[in-house]
Amino acid sequence: MAKLQAGYLFPEIARRRAAHILKYPDAQVISLGIGDTTEPIPEVITSAMAQRSHSLSTLEGYSGYGAEQGEKKLRAAIASTFYADMGIEESDIFVSDGAKCDISRLQLLFGSNVTMAVQDPSYPAYVDSSVIMGQTGQFQKDIEKYGNIEYMRCSPENGFFPDLSTIQKTDIIFFCSPNNPTGSAATREQLTQLVRFAKENGSIIVYDSAYAMYISDDRPRSIFEIPGAKEVAIETTSFSKYAGFTGVRLGWTVVPKELLFSDGFPVAKDFNRIVCTCFNGASNIAQAGGLACLSPEGLKAMHEVVSFYKDNTKLIVDTFNSLGFKVYGGEHAPYVWVHFPGRSSWDVFAEILEKTHIVTTPGSGFGPGGEGFIRVSAFGHRGNVLEACKRFKLLYK
Amino acid sequence: MYYHQIQLSPCISVRPSLMLKPRMVQTSGEVVKTERRRVDHCTRVPRNVNLEKLRNGYLFPEIGMRENEHLQKYPYAKLISLGIGDTTEPIPDIITSNMVEQAQALSTVKGYKGYGAEQGNKSLRKAIADVIYRGLKVKDTEIFVSDGAQCDISRLQLLLGSNVTMAVQDPSFPAYIDSGVIIGQAGELQEETGKYWNIEYMKCGPQNNFFPDLSTTARTDIIFFCSPNNPTGYAASRKQLEQLVEFARKNGSIIIYDSAYAAYISDDSPRSIFEIPGAREVAIEVSSFSKFAGFTGVRLGWTVVPEELCFANGFPVIKDFNRIVCTCFNGASNIAQAGGLACLSPEGSMAVRGVIDYYKENARIILDTFASLGLKAYGGKNAPYVWVHFPGSSSWDVFDEILEKTHISTVPGRGFGPGGEEYIRVSAFGHRESILEASMRLKNLFR
Repeated sequence: MAKLQAGYLFPEIARRRAAHILKYPDAQVISLGIGDTTEPIPEVITSAMAQRSHSLSTLEGYSGYGAEQGEKKLRAAIASTFYADMGIEESDIFVSDGAKCDISRLQLLFGSNVTMAVQDPSYPAYVDSSVIMGQTGQFQKDIEKYGNIEYMRCSPENGFFPDLSTIQKTDIIFFCSPNNPTGSAATREQLTQLVRFAKENGSIIVYDSAYAMYISDDRPRSIFEIPGAKEVAIETTSFSKYAGFTGVRLGWTVVPKELLFSDGFPVAKDFNRIVCTCFNGASNIAQAGGLACLSPEGLKAMHEVVSFYKDNTKLIVDTFNSLGFKVYGGEHAPYVWVHFPGRSSWDVFAEILEKTHIVTTPGSGFGPGGEGFIRVSAFGHRGNVLEACKRFKLLYK
Repeated sequence: MYYHQIQLSPCISVRPSLMLKPRMVQTSGEVVKTERRRVDHCTRVPRNVNLEKLRNGYLFPEIGMRENEHLQKYPYAKLISLGIGDTTEPIPDIITSNMVEQAQALSTVKGYKGYGAEQGNKSLRKAIADVIYRGLKVKDTEIFVSDGAQCDISRLQLLLGSNVTMAVQDPSFPAYIDSGVIIGQAGELQEETGKYWNIEYMKCGPQNNFFPDLSTTARTDIIFFCSPNNPTGYAASRKQLEQLVEFARKNGSIIIYDSAYAAYISDDSPRSIFEIPGAREVAIEVSSFSKFAGFTGVRLGWTVVPEELCFANGFPVIKDFNRIVCTCFNGASNIAQAGGLACLSPEGSMAVRGVIDYYKENARIILDTFASLGLKAYGGKNAPYVWVHFPGSSSWDVFDEILEKTHISTVPGRGFGPGGEEYIRVSAFGHRESILEASMRLKNLFR
């Protein structure tokens, strides 16, 4: 714990936002910082949750402890909806209260004696949970990196896919695609390379696909679309950014039966033990919501919400493009990654906040590779996003 | 029918294509089916040695499996589950209607909520402070709402890390030991005693009135203490808890006090460790809505970390726990929290009280049943568990016998630690008819 440098990134952003509001109580602050969904959950989904809540008051409908791995129907629906034809079965799926929680449970599974690689920049929970677990060395202030972590630089220069020929072998490789924060989504060819790299090195990929539904073309939505992935990868994902479940709390992790430790022991068995001991299942009400999400009506509704946020993203991309910025992401993810060459990202963050009352996220919060970039998230009411675009234009004309 | 799976350890040398030996299914000497399973690849990631130290599956899924096997064997048996402590009675309307409302509100522009504070909704934190800790000076800012005590225990272990020593009651709720093993605190398992080297086991039995003899207890960094106790049902007295707090203070230890069953207390035993002066500097309290409000599936609990509680270097524990909560967790479900808030309203509290009294009456029936059979039964007065002594027996054998002969599942005391051997835990959750039926069957068996 002592090795962690500061608070977790997003509460820090929230703190800055709160301080700003105190300073300017009449300002209309627009939050494009923390990637928090804003649009109401479609009724087909909430009515299922309302129904489940109500049924808990009835004799026939009351349910106590659920299976720690999740309700059978939901696991089956996840398997058939997202992993049809990939050889992933219901029993490979572990329903959770969200990807962030799963990441820590996976760290508990791996223990402190493994090495890890992360993309740089990356979602802070991978590094932070690794530090907490004791896998890392001390933080080296000069390079802004923890000892014992392999940072895989992802930048415009390498198309936001790491040059694997320069990456050291590690036990675990965290890979998020579509990426938070850069918005870049790996191609089939790139993921094939990644799987091969993991296979050659005997590594396990922890693949975070929380934004897969935002993909705009036919690039892979799951690591398991890649042949051989089942023997090298775990996939973790979430209903948060699809169904607006950021507060409802529901996600899942796939651990294929074929994934084995070096002694042949199935990883899924140990993960199951973790889930049974350190967790007690996702809320039954949230799971009822999840099942409704995966009905035909629910899927359609989720796609509509995702579309809405994607339209927001386009507005933001266009705005920064029109201002002459080098803009990345935004096509396959609800994040726009804007380059401010030569500038400190916390300074840019502060300037944008001060001058336009818009909260963003400084790229260096995601790792040293994020320096010089700002992440603008595309969650928000359309009116706020349009207003934000206007303010950006005024600031950077 | 016996399944025999011969599996080579295929990954000692990394070979491109390894075949596992065929799986043979034999019935009366006849090989019925063979299956070849092909494993092409093992990773080179070492299995976590801590997980290797766990000998069996977690206790309660084991019980669940035994129940399923039993049902397969006797498909027409009316299995009565007095094993896993799972609540059975519907949640009062006043609480679920709040959850219904919250769910529906999420479909509206005004009512939609995204990420909540990782520590929990302010209103719920306040309600817990005001209602549960009335008069006890616990601040809402010291309360961390969670998805349940089992999850909090592991987050606390993440907080404490592998370099601390722990003490547990023996017997105790298995998650304390198992999570300690997982995080690397426990050391090796001694097969003969069934104890982990680095864990201090504080025996709790009739001989010491279910409160450990602290004078013979070694100092450890952490002391897990559950009262009212799962599985023994014993609630520590004020005097005993004062001793415990003093012991912790003297030794510079942190007590993790599990008060998940406080609502079942019938006498004036303390309902919170914070009723004891000085506890704020030595204790964390974990609790849950599970057994209090039937939220076993809804998932809601909380942990109290007092501001005064500091590590050896003076660093406030609450700051580190907050960091864990922000990094490894993302808050309890907003719908569950709405339910929690309703539980703590005056009407909600009353309604919940009704359900708790129902289970307590069940416990009384079970206690009476065993008493009438001349068996020594403990607990049952301040907790929904009855702890029955079968001297000289193996608790798994008694568990098997009860299950086989009466179709009632219980929990063998050995599952809670070596100190549980010779005991059976009978849980009092169940529909009244099931409890009465179980009582009858037990009387028939043991008369």
